[in-house]
Amino acid sequence: MDDHPAVITRDGLATLITSLRGDGFRVLGPTVRDEAIVYDDVETLDDLPAGWTDQQDGGHYRLVRRNDDALFGYAVGPHAWKRFLHPPLQRLWRAEHDGTTIRVTPQADPDERMAFLAVRSCELHAIAIQDRVLLQGPHIDRHYQARRDGVFIVALNCGVAGGTCFCVSMNTGPKAASGYDLALTELLGETHEFLLEPGSERGAALLARLPHRPAAQRDTDRAAQVSAGTAASMGRTMRSDDLHDLLLGNLEHKRWDDVAARCLTCGNCTQVCPTCFCTSVSDTNDLAGATERTRRWDSCFTLDFSYIHGGSVRNSPRSRYRQWMTHKLATWVDQFGTSGCVGCGRCITWCPVGIDITEEVRAIRDDAPGGADGRA
Amino acid sequence: MDGLERILAGHRLFAGLGQPFIDLAAGCAKNVVFRPDDHLFHAEDPADWIYLLRHGRVALEMAIPGRGAMQFETLGEGEIVGLTWLLPPYRWGYDARAVELTRALALDARCLRDKCEADHDLGYELLKRFLPVLVQRLQATRLQMLDVYGSAR
Amino acid sequence: MAALAEAVAATADAMVPRIVRVRKRARDLPGTVTLEFEPADGTTLPRYQPGQFTMLYVFGVGEIPISISGDAGDATRLVQTVRSVGAVSEAVTQLKPGDLVGLRGPFGTAWPTDELAGQDVVVVAGGLGLAPLRPSIYHLLANRARFGKVVLLYGTRSPEEILYRRQLQTWRKRLDVDLEVTVDHAGPDWRGHVGVVTRLIPRIAVDTAHATALVCGPEVMMRFAAAALHDIGLPESAIWVSLERNMKCAVGLCGHCQFAGMFACKDGAVVRYDRVRRLMGLKEI
Repeated sequence: MDDHPAVITRDGLATLITSLRGDGFRVLGPTVRDEAIVYDDVETLDDLPAGWTDQQDGGHYRLVRRNDDALFGYAVGPHAWKRFLHPPLQRLWRAEHDGTTIRVTPQADPDERMAFLAVRSCELHAIAIQDRVLLQGPHIDRHYQARRDGVFIVALNCGVAGGTCFCVSMNTGPKAASGYDLALTELLGETHEFLLEPGSERGAALLARLPHRPAAQRDTDRAAQVSAGTAASMGRTMRSDDLHDLLLGNLEHKRWDDVAARCLTCGNCTQVCPTCFCTSVSDTNDLAGATERTRRWDSCFTLDFSYIHGGSVRNSPRSRYRQWMTHKLATWVDQFGTSGCVGCGRCITWCPVGIDITEEVRAIRDDAPGGADGRA
Repeated sequence: MDGLERILAGHRLFAGLGQPFIDLAAGCAKNVVFRPDDHLFHAEDPADWIYLLRHGRVALEMAIPGRGAMQFETLGEGEIVGLTWLLPPYRWGYDARAVELTRALALDARCLRDKCEADHDLGYELLKRFLPVLVQRLQATRLQMLDVYGSAR
Repeated sequence: MAALAEAVAATADAMVPRIVRVRKRARDLPGTVTLEFEPADGTTLPRYQPGQFTMLYVFGVGEIPISISGDAGDATRLVQTVRSVGAVSEAVTQLKPGDLVGLRGPFGTAWPTDELAGQDVVVVAGGLGLAPLRPSIYHLLANRARFGKVVLLYGTRSPEEILYRRQLQTWRKRLDVDLEVTVDHAGPDWRGHVGVVTRLIPRIAVDTAHATALVCGPEVMMRFAAAALHDIGLPESAIWVSLERNMKCAVGLCGHCQFAGMFACKDGAVVRYDRVRRLMGLKEI
């Protein structure tokens, strides 16, 4: 593979999009809609959020105009790529009674091939985490597999750190390391260009078809500066090397009561989190006598989630918040070998009351018997 | 009296209490036999005897209006019927009925109570032995009370 | 490639039910029924291990996990016992011979009956917990010579709620098995034990250094039984329990059955007690 980086202009990027579309990919990327940056179909450069940035903090998200035309001058919005790989609603099968027997028809998966444009490093890690959860167990999720196979990924090395980002603390960014076909770094200044780095054979092959020039040392230096600048301006930090034992050793810490008094158990965090994977199934019947089973996103914050006859195991909001946080940061490691958190900060931004996972961890660590050393 | 002494000396409840106690207890003990459905005692009877079961099965029960006699515990070989002989008002709170042919060693509780009053060391030693059994039964009763199996309907 | 084909087959089948027909129905107790199934789609019945469960789907109503309670050595029959505790289980108990239902599975881990050769085995069942233990009891009795002492302890609420009563009586008549049944309370006609099943444990005579216990019943009962077994000398690693949690997919992908770091559907339901002892003592975990 020719892995030499190249530099392309806006035109080159436009050609990238049309080439992917021409190759039969459905291109999905960031767009502005409903005062947020959300992932949707991208046909031309005009669909991208040029000149926009975001202000994010606990329970706060606003789009604000930049004083330039940057195409990727913002952090992540409420959407994660899981909505395309692990859809919120997925029919599993349809069954019909034909008089003597019942015929079950499994749901076929769409033929469509997807290309994701501007995938952040934290999101690459999140996709890899979901791959581990959904494709490496004794049973695999074949709908995820069908969508995941062949996805073309154009990563984006963030030029802006969000107000709630902490990928540096989680070792998940801001520079994309692997798992992509191409990686973009937006270079602003006198010229508006992009460093383009191939990450796979087909990425390199596509790059070769775009108008480009080979990257010089000054180009790669500028790109490195962009990433360094992003790394230095993270909105949050979280010490993450001791979380497993810290949290599992403090399951009765009084901080859980404190956060429970604030948590609405609305489940927003689980909806926006790029690694949350829990689902439920529901069955619907139509008047013609057919029945369908549909899988839909679910959240461990619902009262029903742990229901067994008689009642729920996790009845209190306290136990449900504790479940989410200890699963994400601690027991996920026991189950899948890595943390479930990629430091994207979405759960902080989209929590209506601004609960901050980094702050909750800090509070427990600072007050843990035998566990505090003052460092956050 | 030899046989009674041997039984008492060998019972784990009286282990380590020394020959003088064994002699004393044997002096207030007798062998008893209950046929099926004989009562050892009824609720409100004076708690005058402690029964060391040597063979058979005894049901502890209470009469519940509308449901008749309800058994809440059965005891068998090696177990003691009558743990509250030490506590005022020295009356049984339930019925004890032999479910099958039952042989037991009956100890005179009044005699033992008098001895405990006179010899507090002995009283303490006996309490230390009876209390754990009482606590174990209390724990078991709590589990029963939680009704964990749920009802069939 | 063979492994891939198997994985593909596993994937293709796991969320899509096969169709089975109710062949027989027996009412064990008010609200508890044992059903026998046969294939209705031309395939053969799945093989299973003692302790596993299936997801049974009543069309138009819903799907629930049900213990397999039959003889795993008999490939021609799939026998399951269910108690009515909600809308779906109620519908299952109302099924009649000839009714068609959806079946997924079997899923879950098995009682370690294959590893008990030479051991004394203590089976402690509480209430409906006797159902998922029954396949392991069949295995123990069918291969009796392989094991040391076999002790079966069964506790339930009252004499009227004794599950598989006739079968217990048959087992009781065997000379090579110690079977004790106890109830939480009873009327005057009951001549057996009254008291919690844990009270039977101090009285068993097994070689605790070479014994394994299989325990199944309500979670509180399992905890106390495991503690009592430990008190008589069984190491916690020699005690196996069966967890119950909300199951939706039963294949480790939906997250519902999590119990701290374990998925009850794939790391359980049968688990070794030393791995879950601390968790079972925590509230709302």
